[in-house]
Amino acid sequence: MWGQAILRQAYLTQALLLCLLLLPGSGWAVIETYEFSSDELRERYRVLTNELRCPKCQNQNIADSNAPIAKDLRQQLHRQLHAGRSDAEITEYMVARYGDFVLYRPRWEGPTLWLWMAPLIFLVLAVLVFLGSVRRARARPGSDSGMSETERQRVAALTGEEQP
Amino acid sequence: MARFKLFLPLGLFVALALLLARGLQLDPKALPSALIDQPLPEFSLPVLGAEQILSRSEVVGEVALFNVWATWCISCRVEHPYLGHLATQGVPIYGINYKDDDAAALQWLQQLGDPYRLSIVDAEGSLGLDLGVYGAPETYVVDRSGVIRYRHVGVVDERVWSEILEPIVTRLRGDG
Repeated sequence: MWGQAILRQAYLTQALLLCLLLLPGSGWAVIETYEFSSDELRERYRVLTNELRCPKCQNQNIADSNAPIAKDLRQQLHRQLHAGRSDAEITEYMVARYGDFVLYRPRWEGPTLWLWMAPLIFLVLAVLVFLGSVRRARARPGSDSGMSETERQRVAALTGEEQP
Repeated sequence: MARFKLFLPLGLFVALALLLARGLQLDPKALPSALIDQPLPEFSLPVLGAEQILSRSEVVGEVALFNVWATWCISCRVEHPYLGHLATQGVPIYGINYKDDDAAALQWLQQLGDPYRLSIVDAEGSLGLDLGVYGAPETYVVDRSGVIRYRHVGVVDERVWSEILEPIVTRLRGDG
């Protein structure tokens, strides 16, 4: 009885440790905390830190990065939010210094417009190519199967059907 | 026409391969600076080792390099001797001592030599932020009218100078 209970406890501990290992480490990467005068500012801070990209560690946003530059940008963001700057003004400030690169959500203007439009352009191209090939197949004389005469004979021979 | 179409996939493949090959050769860490062809930002910061507040107008007027450095930056130590060499060649270099400790910076210059006309103390990193600095060392080429013409991220060595920076500096000096 006793042995079993201890064994069960050991399993439980192991399972708990395993769960701990699975927790994302990045959650603790950011250490400083900021006070916000309102929930609205807090929410905007959360959104902006998630959408601004860290210039140093390029595949992280500034919310997740613990690089010194990301810390500076968070501080700057916090200061500007409390100074009453709008999201557009803050974004403009960051882009003026670090370029379009800092935005994980590219702007709907200038060269980054291509980023937004490219999928649409490719979709339209693909549809045009598809329609073109369908039309060509339809226009081909003979049956819809697209088989040549010899192919048709071979199919007939293989399936054992009489030729039409 | 039909024969031409036969080669279309090959053409597309070659185009894509060229594009991707080019992408492989680019350094993904080298960001284009947003400040190219923009004026050097205004600042009002102390000079390292002197009781003096410096502003932008006092450092523009000739083609010069602005080198962002710090004692905590290992690559800065690597490029330091070469900057000293450039200084002896008569290239004006201004230092921007980025987020550093004054005493440590002064000691560094004393030990390793001072290639800078002067070093601007940017303890808070405010000038660095305005310049879009994201990692030291960075070197900016600024023309006579105080406009930033080029930004190099990383160590300036013989190769970088002769292949990239020197042609730019020579061209800017020749602009009259």
